[in-house]
Parts: sequence; C-alpha cells; structure tokens
Amino acid sequence: MQPDNVPTTTVPWNQDNQLEVLVFDLGGQSFALEAVLVREILDMMHETRVPGAPPLVSHVVNFRGRIIPLANLHLAFGMTVAVTTPDSRIVVIEIDLDGEAVMIGLRTDKVHEVATFDAVTSEGAPVVGLRWRRDYVRTLVRHDDDIVVLPDLNAIFRNIDHRDIAVASIN
Amino acid sequence: MIDDPVAAFRVEAGEVLDQVEQGLLDLGHRLDDIDLVNAVFRGLHTLKGSGAMFGFDALAGFTHHCETAFDRVRKGQVPATAALVAVILSAQDHMRALVDGDAPKAEGDAILVRLQAAIEEASGTAPAAPAAAGCAGWKVSFKLPVDAMANGTNPLMLLDELRELGDCAIVARTDAVPPLSQLVPTECHIGWDVTLVGDIKRDDIEDVFIFVMDDMELTIEPLAADGEVAAEPARIEEEPVVALQAATPDSPTARATAKAEESVRVPAGRLDALMDRVGELVIAQSRLSQLADRGQDLVLRSVSEEIERLAGELRETMMVLRMVPVGSLFSRFRRLIHDLARDTGKAIEFETEGEATEVDKTVIERLFDPMVHLIRNSCDHGLETADDRAAAGKPSAGTVRLAAHQAGGEVVITIRDDGRGINRARVRAKAEANGLIQPDQALSDHDLLQMIFAPGFSTAATVTNLSGRGVGMDVVKRTIEGLRGSIDVQSGEGEGSLIALRIPLTLAIIDGLLVRVGTGRFVIPLTAVEECIELSLEDDMRHRGRSLITLREKLVPFLRLRELFATDTRPDPFQKIVVVATPQGRVGLVVDQIIGNHQTVIKPMTALHRDATTFAGATILGDGEVALILDIAQLIALGQPHEETLRAAG
Repeated sequence: MQPDNVPTTTVPWNQDNQLEVLVFDLGGQSFALEAVLVREILDMMHETRVPGAPPLVSHVVNFRGRIIPLANLHLAFGMTVAVTTPDSRIVVIEIDLDGEAVMIGLRTDKVHEVATFDAVTSEGAPVVGLRWRRDYVRTLVRHDDDIVVLPDLNAIFRNIDHRDIAVASIN
Repeated sequence: MIDDPVAAFRVEAGEVLDQVEQGLLDLGHRLDDIDLVNAVFRGLHTLKGSGAMFGFDALAGFTHHCETAFDRVRKGQVPATAALVAVILSAQDHMRALVDGDAPKAEGDAILVRLQAAIEEASGTAPAAPAAAGCAGWKVSFKLPVDAMANGTNPLMLLDELRELGDCAIVARTDAVPPLSQLVPTECHIGWDVTLVGDIKRDDIEDVFIFVMDDMELTIEPLAADGEVAAEPARIEEEPVVALQAATPDSPTARATAKAEESVRVPAGRLDALMDRVGELVIAQSRLSQLADRGQDLVLRSVSEEIERLAGELRETMMVLRMVPVGSLFSRFRRLIHDLARDTGKAIEFETEGEATEVDKTVIERLFDPMVHLIRNSCDHGLETADDRAAAGKPSAGTVRLAAHQAGGEVVITIRDDGRGINRARVRAKAEANGLIQPDQALSDHDLLQMIFAPGFSTAATVTNLSGRGVGMDVVKRTIEGLRGSIDVQSGEGEGSLIALRIPLTLAIIDGLLVRVGTGRFVIPLTAVEECIELSLEDDMRHRGRSLITLREKLVPFLRLRELFATDTRPDPFQKIVVVATPQGRVGLVVDQIIGNHQTVIKPMTALHRDATTFAGATILGDGEVALILDIAQLIALGQPHEETLRAAG
C-alpha cells in the first residue's frame, strides 16, 4: 500500500481562477473532470471482458475502431459497479499516462452538465472524514448545493496492481 | 506532404545519395559502364543544385568539387578507377553528414585531397585526353516529349542555356503542331533547330540536355567550315537511349519506367489513421448489411451489397499501400558488404533475388538490424580467406546471396553464403562449455545447429570488430520471433550456410481461428493451429486426474480456457479442442465453440492492459464487437502454474 500522499496532479485553474468541467455521477456521488479531456459521451455499448485484466479496467470497448479500456472508477472509490440504466453513459477521455496519450472510457451512471467551477469554491480533500483514498482526490468543489469530487486519474490508474489481479483471475 | 522545405530537401537528398551510392557500388564492379558514370554524375549535379537552393552551401560547395572531378570521368578524360570510386564513396558519406548538418570541415577537406590524388593517379594511367575537336560550330535539332512541360521542363530555359554557349540562330519546327481546335496548351509539339557558331565542345551541348536526354529526340551535328551542315554524316539520329538499351537492357529501361511511375510521400501516421477509418467503415458496413438482410427492401439490400464490395476493396487497397518491396531493404546491405569486404580483406560477391517481393513497411524496418548481424556473420565467420578458398577448390571470391519470395501469408528471406559452413564439433564443444547441453546428450543435427541462437553463444575463436561478441544471434532470434516469424539454419560443412527467415507479410493482419469461450470470443493465430478435434466425454470426465488426450498414439496436454479465463457460464455440452504448436510441443486448448476462420486486423491494447500478456492484441469483429487475440506462448506459460494448482488441489 502506498502512503496517502498529497495529490500530485494539480487542478489547472485558468487565469480567472475558473475551470470548465463535465459533471457526472458515480454511485450517487458527483464527480467532475476537465472538459478539455473529454472526447465523446457515448451510450452504453457492447463490452468485452479481458480475462486477467485489473478489475478497474476489466473490459474493453470498440470506440471508433480503437480498442479502449472501460474503466470502473466506482471501484477506486469503494463503490460496487452499478447496473446499467438508461442514464448510464461512457465518457471517453484522453489523458497522459507516463508520457503516453491514452484514451479511456469511463463508465458513469449519469452525465449531468458542463459547468464552470470557481477556484474559491474548491477545498482540498480533508484529512479525515473521507471514505476514499486521499491521493485519488485532487480537490472538492461546492457546486449547486452539492459537493463534487475532482478525481486524480493519474494516481488512480498508476495504482493498478497488476500482479494481484493476474493471480486472482487464475484461481 | 512534408511542410518544412528543409526537411523535404533532407529526405530528397537522402534518396539522391542512395542512388549515387548504388551507382558507385555498381561502378566498382563495372568500371567502364558509362551509363553508371552518367547516373552518378546526374545525382551529384542534382544534389549540388538543390543543396544551394535550400541554403546547404557547405554541401553545395563540397559536392561541386566531387562533381567537377567526376565530370572528367564522364568526359573520358580520366578513367574510373577503384580508388576513385572508393574516394567518391567516402565523399558520399560526407555529403550525408553535411545534409544532416554535423560534418567536420576538416574531414571534407581530407576527402577532397584524396580525391585530387585519385584523379591524378587515374589520369596518369589514362590515355591522352581526346583533343577537343575544334570546329566552326554545331547544328542542334531537338524535340522534347509531348508531356515535357507537364514534367517541369521549360524549353525556353534550354534555349537560353544554348544561347550562353555561343552565337545562336534558333528556328522552331512547327510541323507537328496540331490544329488549334485539338491543341492542348500544356503539351509541347514544337521542335527546334539551333545553329550554334563558335568553338564549343559537344559535351557542353549535351550538358544542357542532361536531365531530359533520356526521353527526347536530339541530334548534334558539326557545322562545316562554311557554316553549313556537313554533308557526309547526313542527319545521324543520336539516340543514346535506344543504343544503351540494346547494350544493357536492365538499367535505362528501368530508369525510364521508374520515372514514369510517380509517387507521393505520406507520413506513416496518416496511413495508420486511414487504416483505422477503413476499419471503422468495414464495421459500419457490416452493421448496414445486417439491417438490410433483416428487412425486405431490395433496393437497400443492393446498395448494401455494393458498399460491402467497395469497403472490401478499399481495405485491400489500404493493405497494399503499406507494402514496400524488400529490394529497398536489400539495397541497404550492398554498402555493408562493400565495407565488410574492405575490412576483412576478402573478396565478396553480393547477389540478390526477389527484390520485388513486398512486405509491410514496419516489418522491413524491424528486419534491418537482425539482417545486418546475419550478413556480418556470413562474411566474417562464414566466408574463408582467398587462400583457404583456393585450397578448398572454390572461386577466390565468396558469395553472399539474399533472396526473398512469398509463400502463402509469409515472406521467406534467405541469407546464403558459400563459405566454410558451421563446424558442428565446435558448436557442440561450445554448447557443452557453456552448460547448454550435457556432454553425453544426444542431439539431432537440427537441434545442434539451433544452439547458435542460444543466449551468449559464439563460436568465433577470436573476437573481431565485426561480429563475434557473443551477443547477437539470440537477439536476432528474439527479434524475428517478435515479428511472429521464425528462423531456421541449414549448413553443410565446407558448403556454406543458409539462414531462412520466415516473416508474416504484415503485422497489421493475421489469419485467425475465431473461437468462443463462455460469452467471449477469441482469435487463435492460424499459424499456430494444427488441428481441431472434439473433446470426448470420457476425456472430459477425467477432470482432476489428468488433462491429457491421446492424439495419434501421443499424449497431448490440454488447457481449459474456460477455467483459465474464469468464465462463469455453463460449458457447452460438446467441448472442442484446438491443438496448437508451441515450442514445448503440442498443446490442446479447450473451447466451447469453433466459429471459423477470421482474417483479423490487429489492434493494440492500451498501456492499461499491458499486463494482460495472454493477449497479443485485439480485433474488431464484423458486428463491431471486440475479440481478443491469444498469445499462445504466454498462454501456455500462464497455464503451467494453473495446472499445478489444480494438481495440488486434486
């Protein structure tokens, strides 16, 4: 287990201390990611399980001829993977993982809106009172009487433990 | 397609230098081939001109000296000598460095000094330069090919150049010009008769036409003293091309066709993007045809069939775009052989065959390093010295022969030398010394020869500059296997060795067997598949005891993919076994259903799935869903501990 470091990836507020984000829902909790990362929002489609893959990215989907992992961020935040509803969407994002641009589909329960967050409404993750790993949370933002999590995707995907999974899938 | 003109020049200069290098290497063998001399001169001339145009002044200056020196060869004032060719060859290397912008000036100066020495030495042995036949002038008649202007030739510039040579009277011949109603303005139908007066050398006139000479009609006749055309050689049609074609049927015709076939340079990334789009199109099309088949609309169905055909053709064309002839790889080794011959002091003949065989570009690039190593081995260890060869009754020059041919979905590339062959006893001794085999272990001849691919294996008694560092053959083997290919060696002692590389035509596509395990579909590379059989009920029942079937009197272990992949559906009542060949022997893979053959476009998986090593990649099926491609070697490796746990549990 890695120590709960202070988040390494900072939030890219612009010069007006604002940030455009896409707000979505995972297991009843609101999350948001920079809108510039989002490539497309898709309806659920056929998924292919990859035996031996980490549960966080247990499936792949065909996104316009590219085979991209479908990530279950639910698992990173201690939730169970939700059943697919008519509201479920795949949010395709492109992020930089160790210098390599990777497209990932995020399984979300509902996509809300594109919103503009203000830096003054954001607060670092508290030391206590969170169920989640603190390094998975970049910041919390108060928005429309709700608290929205800006997850640290780099920290989450870097922490995929490959070896455990390989053994687990065999037995 | 390349925006930066300097980058475009670098690419083009690289190509010109390649041609110059090839020409020089050929010239080394056929010193009196004037056609090669001209080809090299043209290359140098182009390089000088375009180098100056793009601001590569050092290159232009340096090349100018080489061109001037070579011009004397072209004019017959100095014979081409091996020494001269060698100097120009090193000059050519220096030009490459100049193009890349990292050439020390001192080196260039040293080469020019050597060049001067070579020229002087050559001219010392040369017959007296033919006295320039001074005459009153020349009558020049020329007509350009109809499409000359479309190809960038400007006849006015040619006439201007002629004017610079001396006093000039120009008359246009318009007899071939079609009526105005049929005239295409971009075509050139005019011929010119030019009377040049003055003490002008014939070569200077030919120089004016040097870039267009191959395709045009050109006659150059001396003027009689009174300014009229001499009567005796009445209009001797100068047809250098035709004459040369008769003499050496290969080169000029080849050049003419090469000129005719235009090419466009496209970054490989765009091809890949196009490939992706085509893949999407094929998938969208198959959804369309499913829809069309479901409905009753005959018009829709016919449109859908039309699109199916077009999409299929587009995909095939797309595949061909990525293919390049293996000759482009082979030609890169000629210089290597030339240098190896120099460094080892052995005479080496280099032969190639099947250069037109086409292979995927990526494959070509990844073949270069292993082939360099194999060729070095052949020259360094395989070929004997001239004395040894004479003693063995062989011609003094050794031969290294590269050949390529297509066999099914594979390309077979062979590297053959007629050297001393592989000494079994030494291989055996070395393998024993390295602990690779036991001293009394019985090995088939084939297995013994395969020992040379073992890590850390080298039989060279002395480590040389070229090879024999004990790294390499195992790396070669790994690289080839990484290309999903195989490597095989045959050798008769005293008769030389033959190394055969079998490489798939493309990395982008494999033929696969589509199978179903639970709800998932998987592709097994067809090259690994030996046969498919049904898992009999009694073999199936022996669940815990052993996972073995008897296949033609031999026991074959099998793996249940359902268990390996933790499939949670009920097994199909009649399980099938796909028997695959692995380095460890045959292994059966138990699947639920064999769906059939499937030609597969391999798609990479992202970094997040890099540890799912059981899969070599993934592919998109006709219905848009994803199937994973099994990596047999990894699968077997993963299956072993799994079988052991089962055994312990049972």
